[in-house]
Amino acid sequence: MTTTETDPGDIPLFATSRKVYPQSVSGPFRRAKWLILILCLGIYYLLPFLRWDRGPHLPNQAVLADLANNRFYFFFIEIWPQEVYYFTGLLILAAFVLFLMNAVAGRVWCGYLCPQTVWTDLFLAVERFFEGDRRERMRRDAEPWGFDAIWRKGAKHLVWLLIAWWTGGAWVLYFADAPTLVRELATFTAPLSAYVWIGILTFTTYTLAGIMREQVCKYMCPWPRIQAALTDDDALNVTYRYDRGDPRVSVKQAARLRAEGAPAGDCVDCFQCVAVCPTGIDIRDGAQIDCIQCGLCIDACDSVMTKIGRPTRLIAYDTDGNVKRRLAGLASIYRPVRLRTLAYTALIVVVGGAMLWQLATRSTAGISVLHERTPLFVTLSDGSIRNAYTVRLLNKRPETRPFALTVAGLPGVRIEAVGAAPSADLRPIVMVEPDSSREVRVLVTVPAGVPLAPSQPITITASDLFAGETVRASDHFMAPGAHP
Amino acid sequence: MDQQHDAPHVDAVTGQATTGHEWDGIRELNTPLPRWWLGIFYATIVWSIGYWVVYPAWPLLTGATKGVIGYASRNDITVEMAQLKAQRAARAAGMADATPAQIKADPALFQMAVAQGKAAFGDNCAACHGVGGVGGKGYPNLNDDEWLWGGSLDAIQQTIRHGIRVAGDNDTRVSQMPAFGRDGVLKREEIIAVASHVRELAGLSTEAKADLPLGRKVFADNCAACHGADGKGNQELGAPNLTDAISLYGMDMASLTETISNSRGGVMPAWAGRLDDTTIKALTVYVHSLGGGQ
Repeated sequence: MTTTETDPGDIPLFATSRKVYPQSVSGPFRRAKWLILILCLGIYYLLPFLRWDRGPHLPNQAVLADLANNRFYFFFIEIWPQEVYYFTGLLILAAFVLFLMNAVAGRVWCGYLCPQTVWTDLFLAVERFFEGDRRERMRRDAEPWGFDAIWRKGAKHLVWLLIAWWTGGAWVLYFADAPTLVRELATFTAPLSAYVWIGILTFTTYTLAGIMREQVCKYMCPWPRIQAALTDDDALNVTYRYDRGDPRVSVKQAARLRAEGAPAGDCVDCFQCVAVCPTGIDIRDGAQIDCIQCGLCIDACDSVMTKIGRPTRLIAYDTDGNVKRRLAGLASIYRPVRLRTLAYTALIVVVGGAMLWQLATRSTAGISVLHERTPLFVTLSDGSIRNAYTVRLLNKRPETRPFALTVAGLPGVRIEAVGAAPSADLRPIVMVEPDSSREVRVLVTVPAGVPLAPSQPITITASDLFAGETVRASDHFMAPGAHP
Repeated sequence: MDQQHDAPHVDAVTGQATTGHEWDGIRELNTPLPRWWLGIFYATIVWSIGYWVVYPAWPLLTGATKGVIGYASRNDITVEMAQLKAQRAARAAGMADATPAQIKADPALFQMAVAQGKAAFGDNCAACHGVGGVGGKGYPNLNDDEWLWGGSLDAIQQTIRHGIRVAGDNDTRVSQMPAFGRDGVLKREEIIAVASHVRELAGLSTEAKADLPLGRKVFADNCAACHGADGKGNQELGAPNLTDAISLYGMDMASLTETISNSRGGVMPAWAGRLDDTTIKALTVYVHSLGGGQ
C-alpha cells in the first residue's frame, strides 16, 4: 500500500532547476554583445603574444606576471612585489566603476562584460550550431538517445572542451614567455604546473560556461545580492513597460478594443522575451534577482512589435518609477546625472588620479635598513663604537647604477660598506645590477670621545651618482649603556 | 503502523520515497548516495587493501610491516640530500679553486661565500663565539678590529684550519703565558703592582695605594718580552695589546690578578679535516667580512 500526503500547503522549499533553452535573437543589443564578446575574448586570448621592448635585461612580453622573478609587467609599467598596493588600488577603482555602471544602467557588468556571461554566450553559440535553435534542442532532448543525438552532443562537448582548454592555455601564457611556453606545451616539455593550471581552468570553464551557465548567476554569484542593495529609483534597468503593455491581449482583440475606444495593451503574450532569456525568466514579472539585464528580451520584443506595427521598446531601459508616473499621466524623468553618479565619478577620478600620480612620481630606487642585533654594537681597539647594518638597495631601472652611501645624525660618524670601494670623498660606492636589489653589510663608526646615548637616531642615505636620485632610511645607533 | 512490511512511504509533493521515519510530522526524503559516489567509495576500500600489501602499513610491536616494494620516506630524503649536495658542489665550483682573496674580489663568489659562511658559522662556531661572532669573556668578538693571531684572510684561514693550542697539530697557533703566581715566579705584591701597571698602560684608573714603580719594573722584567715595553702586544707571539679598549678576559683588578697568577690559554679546535676546504674558505671570508678584516 502506498500512502501519500495530501496537504496542499506542503510545498517543498527546494526547486530543482529546469534546463533553459535560450532562443537565438538579433537586434542592436545582440550585436553589441557579439562585439563585446569578440573584443574581450580577442584581448584575453591574444594579449600574451603582444611584445613590448624593455631593453636587453628584461622580458619583452607586454603583459607578464613573472612569478619566478617577482615582477609584474604591464606595457610600460613594472611592478615589484612591495608595490602590490597598485593592485589594491585597481580593485578599488574597479569596484567604483562597477558601482557607477550600476547607478547609471543597472547590471551592465552582468549583461555584457562578466566572463561568465561572455563565455556562456560563446558556449551557447556552439550548442546552437550543433543542436539547433531552442525548439530543435527541446525536441532532441525529449527524444530517446540515438546516433543523431550522440554525434551532435559529442561534437558540442568536444568543441566546448577545446575552447575551455584554450581558455586555460591562454591563462598560463600570462605567467611565462608566451611563444616559448606554447612551444614547450606543444612538445610536452612545459613545467607540470602549466599543465595543472590548464587542467583546472579547462574544468572550470567547461563546467561554469557549459554545464552550469545561468545557475552561476542565480545561485553562486554574490553580485546580484549586492547590486540589489546598491540600486536606486533612478538607475535604468531593463524594464517591461506595463503602462504600455497591459492589458495583454491578442493582436486581433487589441484591434477590436482600440476600435471601440477601450484600453488594449501592446503585449501580445507571444513569450518571445521568455524564449530568448539566457536565465529563463519572464521580464514582465518586473525587476528580479535572476535578471542579468543583457537586453536580449528588448531585441526579441522589438522584432515582434515591428511585425505587428506597434512602436518598439515595449521592453526597454527604464525605471519602475517612470512606468508609475506615466500611468498617473505624468512625464518620465531621467536623471543619469545625480548626487550618486557624481559621487562615484568623483571617487573614480580621485582614486585613479592618486594612482596615476603615485605611478608617475614613484622612485626608481629604494633602500631598507636592518640593524644587526648580534652584536648591537662593537667597541673597537681605539675606543670608537661601531654598529653594523644590513642595507638593501633597490634599482628598478634597466641599467646598473652606482649608489653612494652617506650617514648623518652623529658627530664624526663614518660609514663603510663591506665589499664596496670608497670613492674619493670616502663615500662607499655600491653598484646595483639592473632591475635588481643588492644587500650589503654596512658598518657605521662613531669615534671615541663622542658622548653617546644608548640609542640615537641616524639616517642612511643612498644617492645615485649619475641620476642624482636619493633615497634614505632611518634607523638607530646603539652604544654601551642600559638598553630598554 | 509497521513501516517494515509496507511499501515505502511516498512524499506527495515530490513523489519521492521517504526513509519511513517520522519526527513531529516531518519525514525525511530517502535520497540515496549517488552510484558514482558509492563506486568510488568501494574502489578506495579495494585500493587500500593493495596499499597494505605494497606500502608499509600495519604497526607491529617492534616496528611496522615493510610492504613488498620496500618503500621508506627516509630513502627519499637521502636521495634529495645527495641531489642538494651535488647542486651545491656545482655552485661552489668557483669557490673550490679560488683563494679567499680571489673570492673576496669577485662579488658573486663573495656573496655566496658570506651566505655559506654564515650558515657554517652558526653550525660550528656560534657555540663559543656566539651568534654573529659576538663573542664573550674568553671567546673573542670577531666583529672588532683586534686580532690575537692576525685579521688578514690568510691568517684567519690558518687559525680556522689549525685552531689554537691544538695538541698534535704542528701548524696550530701556540702561545703560553706563564702562570706567574701559581708557579711562584712573582710574589703577591708584585702581581698586584703589575696588574695596576697594566691598567695604567691602558689608560684606566689605578688605586692610590698601588705601587706603580714596582709594577713598571716587574712588567719590564717579565712581560715586555712578549707584550712589548709599551704593552702594545705582538701578533707573532699571540700576545695581546694591553693598551687598547678591547680585552678578552677583563681589565678589572680581579680579572687581571687571575690572569697573571694562573695564566689563560683558550683552545680552539682545528677545523681542517672536520670541514671541507670550501666551507673553511667560506668561513674565512665570512669572519673577515664581519667588520674587523685586515
